[in-house]
Amino acid sequence: MNFRSSWRKIVNAAMLSLTGLCALVAVAALFFILGYLVWHGGKALSWDFFTRLPKPVGEAGGGMANAIVGSAKLLLLASLIGLPIGFLAGVYLAEFGGRTFAFLVRYTTDLLNGVPSIVIGIFAYTIVVLPMRHFSTLAGGIALGVMMIPIAVRSTEEFLRLVPRSLREGAMALGASRWKMIATVVVPAAYRGILTAALLALARVAGETAPLLFTAFGNRFWSPGWGQPTASLPVMIFTYAVAPYEDWHQQAWAAGLVLLGLVLLTNVAARAVLSRGMFVHRS
Amino acid sequence: MTLKLALEKKAQANQPPGTPPGPAAADLQMRMKISDLNFYYGSKQALFGINLGVAANRITALIGPSGCGKSTLLRTLNRMHETIREARWEGEVLLDDENILALDVTQLRRRVGMVFQKANPFPKSIYENVAYGLRINGYRGSLEEAVERSLVRAALWEEVKDQLHKSAYGLSGGQQQRLCIARALAVDPEVLLLDEPCSALDPVNTAKIEELLFQLRQNCTLLMVTHNMQQAARVSEFTAFVLNGQLIEFKPTPQLFTTPADPRTEAYITGRFG
Amino acid sequence: MATAPIAVGHAGRGWRPRALLRRLRSGDEIAHLVTLLFAGSVILITSLLVYELWVNSALSRHKFGWAFFGTRVWDPIFEQFGALPFIYGTLVTSFLALLVAVPLGLGAAIFLAELAPPRVSSALTFVIELLAAVPSVIYGLLAVFTLVPLLREHVEPFLRATLGFLPLFQGPMYGVGFLAGGLVLALMVVPFIISVSREVLLAVPGHQREAALALGATRWETTWKAVVPYARAGILGSVFLALARALGETMAVTMVIGNNPQISASLFAPGYSIAAVIANEFTEATGDLYLAALIELALALFLLTFLLNGLARLLILLTTQRGTSHE
Repeated sequence: MNFRSSWRKIVNAAMLSLTGLCALVAVAALFFILGYLVWHGGKALSWDFFTRLPKPVGEAGGGMANAIVGSAKLLLLASLIGLPIGFLAGVYLAEFGGRTFAFLVRYTTDLLNGVPSIVIGIFAYTIVVLPMRHFSTLAGGIALGVMMIPIAVRSTEEFLRLVPRSLREGAMALGASRWKMIATVVVPAAYRGILTAALLALARVAGETAPLLFTAFGNRFWSPGWGQPTASLPVMIFTYAVAPYEDWHQQAWAAGLVLLGLVLLTNVAARAVLSRGMFVHRS
Repeated sequence: MTLKLALEKKAQANQPPGTPPGPAAADLQMRMKISDLNFYYGSKQALFGINLGVAANRITALIGPSGCGKSTLLRTLNRMHETIREARWEGEVLLDDENILALDVTQLRRRVGMVFQKANPFPKSIYENVAYGLRINGYRGSLEEAVERSLVRAALWEEVKDQLHKSAYGLSGGQQQRLCIARALAVDPEVLLLDEPCSALDPVNTAKIEELLFQLRQNCTLLMVTHNMQQAARVSEFTAFVLNGQLIEFKPTPQLFTTPADPRTEAYITGRFG
Repeated sequence: MATAPIAVGHAGRGWRPRALLRRLRSGDEIAHLVTLLFAGSVILITSLLVYELWVNSALSRHKFGWAFFGTRVWDPIFEQFGALPFIYGTLVTSFLALLVAVPLGLGAAIFLAELAPPRVSSALTFVIELLAAVPSVIYGLLAVFTLVPLLREHVEPFLRATLGFLPLFQGPMYGVGFLAGGLVLALMVVPFIISVSREVLLAVPGHQREAALALGATRWETTWKAVVPYARAGILGSVFLALARALGETMAVTMVIGNNPQISASLFAPGYSIAAVIANEFTEATGDLYLAALIELALALFLLTFLLNGLARLLILLTTQRGTSHE
């Protein structure tokens, strides 16, 4: 074995280790984040956290009950806006699309997907907050809903296209009209994929902070209805983390743990469902 | 020319175009009549002047080498080509003397059912698969009875009666194809189009299906595309030989296989090509 | 066209008479129309977004013109607004992020796509994709309490001691600043580089690898000299995608960049990014001009990310198509 050959082997092994190290660093980062949050957040988690309102500035104690409810309301509104639009647009692209119009729709969807979330927040500000003259849950929900649209469109189209042609032909040969075929065979066949994609979209916007900063804004108290500013978990984390109060820092950790836990759990569950395949037995 | 042949030719000359020649041909009712059918995929012509009569309550086989247009012809009869953009056809196709273009297409497809080459059950339960056609066509009777009836006709009932709500995908290939037949039968079609229904199946399952097709003739007219000549000879009463988009010969099955008139037919059935 | 109801089917079987031919056909047409409208609404919403950005930044655009992008001054009190400090901050943090994330991400992608055994690869890929799902504010939260003190107390003094002759590593060390912003961005952007590069590498056709291996190349040599060059365009595309993402990243950067609209050569100095200034000052903006200036910043950010994303997707498309066209 000459020198050159063993040098190449050394390089090969070294690069294998080096690149492996890179991958490991990335992986370790996730575990570090999780671990740190579990450690600090776990300490601060309490029954109060889930049930109490925030205390006035400077006072210790209190919780984030209003932020949890606020986030839930925002996500509900976002789903009501983003999912139907995204789903039906996806159905159009997969089942009806004419050449140019469909291209335009796909192009704009991709465009919308790439817009920074803070810009979408400004958009919601200009069309909802300005006319209403105050911040509101509605504005926040619209901002998040708009963010969900591109995700819903793309995944609906993708999963509908996966349904084989043979199933569509089978339905049509039995006398089903186009829309009936879509509604009774194609969509049910793809529904698992579409549903989990919707969950993933939800998990994605659940963690968004920037668009809420000037739409839902924030609230130290409960926010009745949809027309008032509301607290939300991500915004609370931001506010508390940069504030000078140690007590608030603790609560930020707890909130971070709750938020990250929900987001990661949803992601893991969604991917697990997706990996089981689309056509599962209905027993 | 023998006397027998001459007599047959004479009898044939008096029949309307597309009537399968042969004894008792005049007594046969035509469930479907195809006249001067030309089919185009874009600028490419796939079928040339087809004239064919599909005899009621009989099994008619379409044979020919692959790519000769058999499936195209079959799919024209229930207007399945309308899902393809560049497909168009000229000519006339009648179902019980009604032009199929004058019928609403979903109605046509209820009356003219189709079974595909590869079984394509829906990702639903066995029950829901059979009930599907009934539901979307607005059947007003008892779904359960209709489902059972169809499964019995498809010779599948005994095997699945205890697992109707299990997924159709749990069945074997042969069972799935029989399920598809049951599904097609559920809407009580007048005609059943079968596109090489057994080509993906083993001999045992093929035999089961052939036997069931034989039974179905009583209430149904069957038109079957097959590349298996032995199957055509076994199962059908009439056979049409299609080559390069043209109908070369159309006769009662025993005659086509024993005394084909056209040399191309003879070449095909003796295995010289295709 | 029939106008009377058509009853089809055998009598006595109970088929519901299908009333008008018209009603049947319009079922399909209704579905087509409804889905088309919703699809069109996506175009509508996006157009409205651009329109609103344009219109609401009009005050600032008309007052400052193109000079807006060259002015250093950001003075809300005297209503002098210039975008330069934020552009600078955005570019510096993003560039720094790429400097760290590209080698790290590409290395990891190479490992996952080419060198690792398949089960290890898919497990690790799964974890890394979860990293992409971590919200920005969580990164910020962690950065504030771990990265910033680490930088302030250990890393920055070390850099000052060893490389302090460079203007990059001079000046007071607060922990927050361009360096912190760049590093947290790097971590946030790494999962994207990894996942896109990995897919791009996997799309390289097998015969490329086989050709190299058959000539006696080691695994590494095959990867570095045959596969990676083939996927060059796509990898570049992934970098652009990551850059686009970094530019728009708000929360984590806002929390550690120091919020000072200044241009400084030192990485230790506090700075500001476009997204950060909008996040911090939007709700405090007094006066229409102030608000318009912030919205003009948002418009600029939008255009920048739009261009980058478009370029990125083109590059990625080129690589994956090239793979299939050679099959």
